[in-house]
Amino acid sequence: MALDLMKEKGIPLEKQKFDWRDMVRVPTSKLDDDAFTRVRIILMNGIESEVVRFQHACARMNKDLQLALARVRRIEQHQQTMVNWLLPADLSPLETTIGFEQVAIEVTASVAQHEPDPYLAQVYRFGLLEDFDHMYRFSALMDRVTGSDANNILQSYTDILPGRPTALEHRAPEDDLRECYDRKKAQPISKLNAGTIMAGENQTHDYYMTIGPMFADPIARQLYAEIASIEEQHVTQYESIIDPEETWLEKWLMHEATEIYNYYSCLTYETNPRLKSIWQRFADYELGHLHYVLDLFHKFEKRDYAELIPDSLPEPIEYRSHREFVRKVLREEVSFRAQGKQISKKPETPVSRGYREQMNSEGSPSESISAGYRWKPGTELAEETPDIKKLEKRVA
Amino acid sequence: MKSPAQEMETEMMEAELFVNRTGIMTNPELSAELIRGAKQTPPSPPKNGKQLLLSKAEYLKEGLPIGSPPIIIVDQTVGKEELAADADRMSVLLDKLGERLAFERQGTRLYECFLQKLEQMPSAEVGPAVEDIRHIYEEELEHFRLLQTAISEIGGDATVQTPSADVAGVLSYGILQIVSDPRTTIPQSLQALLNAELADNDGWQMLIELASTLGHSTLVKQCENAFKEEQEHLENVRGWLTDMTLSSALGEDAVLESDDEPKPKKRAVMRSKRVSKGRSSSKKKTKKRRK
Repeated sequence: MALDLMKEKGIPLEKQKFDWRDMVRVPTSKLDDDAFTRVRIILMNGIESEVVRFQHACARMNKDLQLALARVRRIEQHQQTMVNWLLPADLSPLETTIGFEQVAIEVTASVAQHEPDPYLAQVYRFGLLEDFDHMYRFSALMDRVTGSDANNILQSYTDILPGRPTALEHRAPEDDLRECYDRKKAQPISKLNAGTIMAGENQTHDYYMTIGPMFADPIARQLYAEIASIEEQHVTQYESIIDPEETWLEKWLMHEATEIYNYYSCLTYETNPRLKSIWQRFADYELGHLHYVLDLFHKFEKRDYAELIPDSLPEPIEYRSHREFVRKVLREEVSFRAQGKQISKKPETPVSRGYREQMNSEGSPSESISAGYRWKPGTELAEETPDIKKLEKRVA
Repeated sequence: MKSPAQEMETEMMEAELFVNRTGIMTNPELSAELIRGAKQTPPSPPKNGKQLLLSKAEYLKEGLPIGSPPIIIVDQTVGKEELAADADRMSVLLDKLGERLAFERQGTRLYECFLQKLEQMPSAEVGPAVEDIRHIYEEELEHFRLLQTAISEIGGDATVQTPSADVAGVLSYGILQIVSDPRTTIPQSLQALLNAELADNDGWQMLIELASTLGHSTLVKQCENAFKEEQEHLENVRGWLTDMTLSSALGEDAVLESDDEPKPKKRAVMRSKRVSKGRSSSKKKTKKRRK
């Protein structure tokens, strides 16, 4: 993307204003808006949520930065509200869950294909197949308990197929940690990718933890318990690929750069004009934050930020169906497992096998809810009508 | 080994677990303080109440809908004006057909869930039998498939979530929560199903009128058959709920004695209706009844 991060100053912090009416817009339409509009809203809520979380953690460890963090974080909080409240009230928790998994699949697929570090790309592909399986299990739940079709949310962009079985994703903590990139050598895109995917997974984990108890059906409750546990594993995995030697201010800068990158990606692909203006506004806000933090970086770290911030942003995240890529990864890597920090076809460690046996000792909710499940248009209960048969012939 | 005193304390604690604490009389002293505080403290300024209405009005003015009607395929040989008029008519019909379809599909899963609950409960003298619920489940499934075919035949996409289907889904959310909750009783689940059947019956009536007005005579006949069956569902669910509620208040014998139409006769009527439709009757002549 042609945006020059040093030249473009965006909107200064003191001019970033909200009121409640401005913040709470009429939401998007579950039925009419493109699925990727929903994907972008969900991801950007995750990005902002991560930023607020990080800025709180940073404040707890850096007294000198507390006021600056509080000022920026106030704006981030209101940005998060504005973005997240674009989701409509008729989007049920389970429908939102389908949306979350679509984010995980399509955004991770885009990231995995543009990640220059082969090890990190492998890590993304590994996680991708697990989130892909979660989609299948939640779709089965939606079909068999609520009688609804997950494809009403997915709009045919994303497959509903088994991935790496959720029941086999439970690993001991030592097999969830990965090698991190070297903060001095990694390309900027690697850092942006890691920040983006980590934010998405952390948000997903928090969301499932919040809504799990809202389901009355005990199998639904068990399924959310099981998949929330995996999402926590994913957060562990993705945060471990980020170099812990980065300073607090370095991390803060990278967070702001990640936000700019993601808002510009959204702007590039957005089809809804109301949202396009929001993405533009917030990209300008984040540029303002970036320059605010750069001043702090100069003051406290007294070193050149050029090594951290790219001259221009990498190519945006691609908001489109990655069906062919996902199917390819599924064919080639579904049997891959983690052994310590490595991912390969080799068998798993005894400690992970033992942990999994314990967790699944009373049965697996992900297996039981989806036993024999094959997605069909209009749900499992539907009969195949002539128009559907005609559709199948288009790809036969 | 617990002492008698410890055992009594445990019994009392367990008894306290099943006490409804929501009413103001649960904690009279605390409640007296609560009331006094509320009466003595000035409320938020009343003039701010108007702001609420103004704010809501602004959102309404934006006029953005929940979603658009489904895509319609119309006959290309007719003229533009007729096309537009036909498109509007078909749009309304497809929206309502989509609503009914979603309702029947969810209804199928609802009754499936209720069946699973019923099968686990001990038998009772009043209320539905497993076979009764299985019968309703099968009919709900038939209705869903009927509507699927009907939509497809008039050129619609039966997989579309229409605006009315979306609204119906939101309305039904609570019904599913109640039926799928293992803590709810059979009568509580029947209450939820009664809500569903009441809405369903009105929905079918609306569809019949709409299809008739638009001149879809075959669809009208199909909907009338389905409506007859839905009326039966409603009557039965209402009857079971009434019987179980009265039984709970008065005792089962009192309900059986006071009923103008004794239970065995009602069940005979249901059995004969099923037999006349060519359905197999239950293997067991003595029906299991559930509390």
